[in-house]
Amino acid sequence: MRNLNFGYGISRPRVINLDNNDLRKSNAIIAEMPELQACIGCGSCTASCTAGNLTDFNFRRLHTAVRRGEYQGAYEEINKCMLCGKCRLVCPRGINTRELIMLIKRKLGDF
Amino acid sequence: MRRTSWQEYQKDIADDKYYYARSCIRQNFFPGSEKAFLDIMHNDLGIDIFDDPLHTSCTGIGYHSDIVPLETIMTVVARQFSLMADAGYEHFISSCITSFGIYNEILSTWEEFPETEERTRRYLKEATGRELVKPRSIAHTSDIMFHHRHAIARKAKRQLRNAFTGEPLRVVEHIGCHYAKIFPKSGIGGSEFPYVLAGMIEAWGGEVVDYPERRHCCGFGFRNYLVQANRGYSIANSHKKLESMAPYRPDFIVANCPGCAMFLDKWQYAIAEMEGTVYGADGHGIPVLTYEEMAGLVLGYDPWELGMQMHQVDVEPLLDKMGIEYDREAKYLGKNGKYIGKPDIAAVNCEEARSIYEIKR
Repeated sequence: MRNLNFGYGISRPRVINLDNNDLRKSNAIIAEMPELQACIGCGSCTASCTAGNLTDFNFRRLHTAVRRGEYQGAYEEINKCMLCGKCRLVCPRGINTRELIMLIKRKLGDF
Repeated sequence: MRRTSWQEYQKDIADDKYYYARSCIRQNFFPGSEKAFLDIMHNDLGIDIFDDPLHTSCTGIGYHSDIVPLETIMTVVARQFSLMADAGYEHFISSCITSFGIYNEILSTWEEFPETEERTRRYLKEATGRELVKPRSIAHTSDIMFHHRHAIARKAKRQLRNAFTGEPLRVVEHIGCHYAKIFPKSGIGGSEFPYVLAGMIEAWGGEVVDYPERRHCCGFGFRNYLVQANRGYSIANSHKKLESMAPYRPDFIVANCPGCAMFLDKWQYAIAEMEGTVYGADGHGIPVLTYEEMAGLVLGYDPWELGMQMHQVDVEPLLDKMGIEYDREAKYLGKNGKYIGKPDIAAVNCEEARSIYEIKR
């Protein structure tokens, strides 16, 4: 490579390629908390989120991305959570979302 | 139930007496291909084909870039058809996929909206004094090559096989979008099962590689490329295809569109410079051929006569694999033996060090 300046680069696709993503962390999270697979993506967790009221933190988006193996920035993002637990109270599928946040933090600590 | 609708995917192609319309960009990037096509038709197959010096560009590039109006391109196309009638031919064949799409699009527009045909007749008469005569058939030159593929196979000096192992070469075929994605019925196999290049490869002993992004566009797309700021999108398409085909270890790529052959060839250089990835064997690129070059090699033409020294990715590894004898020293000598200049050493070519590149196969 000679570091030539072409004036443009290769546009990255916005597709989510599950074949290329590293799903080991995601699979480990689901193995420890299988009820996460019952999520219907209703967004009640995000709607009731105290942190989301004050910042752009979006828990539904975050855990969906993590399940797809897209971990970039997830750890920093999850630190916005204040662990108030309201999301757990409203979850219609009874998922322990507060525990899920702690689990993601533990698993993605090195990302 | 046995499928009976395959007939819908066939196309009527004339056997002889073609009026040949050249391509603009092929003259620059694959300058030997059109000559090779004419030579194969004339000398090898004895077919009557007329290469008319009077015809012009179809102005398709300008049309797709929004700088040539529809009325203008219709009149230009009408003039080409009129020249064909003057020369005494009825079967119009075009060397360029863009032109092929343009001719089909305009004939279809004239059929759907007869007032546009009347208007074009008037413009043509006023501008040139000529009368519009519509062709009996329109075909792309790859259709013609496909049509005569068995005749070429009978005259073949060699096959698309590895001369050392005897195994068929693995060939990626790439069909231009404007060949059959605009009007599916205008292409052999329609837009779903394009068979025009695959048929040639199979007839000449090669093996067609089927890979996930086989039908993806090369990324040319005119305005996607012509504006520099958009070229990242353009190269991303070729990148996607190359990433997808690399694990199947193709020996070469063959395309029937001027833009596709150019982009799949030259973007390999740009990708190697931008991110250090090469897709071919031994840390080089994957050679990209036009179908005329492929036919020329099968018929025993000299690779430098076919203009293969103008490729970005060196073709020597492929020539060696096919057991073709050629003069390495004559690569950059022009028709009259004059030195035509040599490109800088690049990653996708044979001289470059291999270690700094990530090889995808």
